[in-house]
Amino acid sequence: MTDDHSETAPEIMKVSVWRGGPGGGGFSDYDVPRQPSQTILDVVTWIQRNAEPKLTYRFACRVGMCGSCAMMVNGRPRWTCRTHVRKVLDQGRIEIAPLRNLPVIKDLAADMTEFFRKWTRAEGHFHPTKTRDDGIVPVKPDDPRRLAASAGIECINCAVCYAACDVVEGNKDYLGPAALNRAWTLINDERDGGRLARLKAVSQSGGCHSCHSQAGCAEHCPNELNPTLSIAGLKQATFKAALKGEI
Amino acid sequence: MNLRLYIWQRISAMVMAPLVLAHLAGMIYAIQGGLSAAEILSRTQGNPWWGAFYGLFVLAVSIHAAIGLRVIAGEHSNLSRGALDVLMWAFGLASLGLGLRAVVAVVGI
Amino acid sequence: MSAIVRSHRDHPLWYAFLLHRLSGLALALFLPAHFFVLGLALEGATALDGALNWTQGPLVKVAEFGLVFLLAVHMFGGLRILALEFLPWSPRQKTYAAAAAAAAFCVACGFFLNAV
Repeated sequence: MTDDHSETAPEIMKVSVWRGGPGGGGFSDYDVPRQPSQTILDVVTWIQRNAEPKLTYRFACRVGMCGSCAMMVNGRPRWTCRTHVRKVLDQGRIEIAPLRNLPVIKDLAADMTEFFRKWTRAEGHFHPTKTRDDGIVPVKPDDPRRLAASAGIECINCAVCYAACDVVEGNKDYLGPAALNRAWTLINDERDGGRLARLKAVSQSGGCHSCHSQAGCAEHCPNELNPTLSIAGLKQATFKAALKGEI
Repeated sequence: MNLRLYIWQRISAMVMAPLVLAHLAGMIYAIQGGLSAAEILSRTQGNPWWGAFYGLFVLAVSIHAAIGLRVIAGEHSNLSRGALDVLMWAFGLASLGLGLRAVVAVVGI
Repeated sequence: MSAIVRSHRDHPLWYAFLLHRLSGLALALFLPAHFFVLGLALEGATALDGALNWTQGPLVKVAEFGLVFLLAVHMFGGLRILALEFLPWSPRQKTYAAAAAAAAFCVACGFFLNAV
């Protein structure tokens, strides 16, 4: 902003956006004006409204709590609504692509089906043991298992960790950091009745033992969760169960 | 990688940690003044402790390396699970065979 | 960014993984040759000496330095992984990974200085 109200041409950014579908695609370039306080989601929205009405992309809350807008920005998986242009602009250029390791539906919208299927395969769902007629289970907030569970339950299934993981890329059976992180939180939930089934589920081929602790998941998780830690916990739990002959 | 393979991999790793430390120390000691067969063999020939040390080392490394190679091959090729198993066993047994032969050679029977 | 080190991989623990994997692969491929050379002792000390003489050259000494480094870094890095998987979590993984590489380099230098 200048005091003498003189016109200054807006800075133009070169934005490469991946366009295409299941059969393939490529990058299309767009000239996007730079604005103050601009996020990558703002950039994508500008392109769709002003340059390419057929551009497909996902978003919902646009305030960093739903995870719908996750995309690859300059090669790293991020929430685009929480990624400031000034943090990623690389000599006037930005590259935007759909999340890695997932099939593409169209343009920037990835198919999340396999991500959720693996969530189920890892027994990432609660197995209730009580009815409404039973008393409430007193769970102490400072109980170590409750703390372990609480450390991992803020996952919103955005698949950023899944996109960041090279084991997911190399091993199609690998359940992935999010599903395994959820399994760990449930292993630590004393109300849950599916412990053995879950330990077996994460011990199959593609289970927690496939993790190489690259920690790309922890590095990129926008909620600052640590699936590497959770998976290490699963390795310990399954090892102990194997020694006891439970699985 | 599954639970069984993982257990074999990690146990063989734990077994090898002290063996590798000893081997590294041994290498730094032995390399002084150059390597010669006479020098090496005079230390190892007829010594059952070296036989046990290196025998255990060969067994553990054959298991550990075979599983490790299987994982790498699994992530960078399209080989089926069966083919990966064959690769793993082939390398493991070949390594065990060559390794035990080397132990026999160096320790003498 | 190169094709191998893409942006999402550009962080310390990924490099630690890469070093661990490459060192393991190199050691696994070296192993048969190592066992074969030692097995030459079956044919007598002279056969083994023939092979050992070949290892006197300076290039071989540098290669040996490399091999010692790879063995040491694979082991120290492996200890970090075993601690990660069997002991309570430590947030100092990057520090341990760096320490493993540094310790391995020291061991390899110790070998090299005695080899030349």
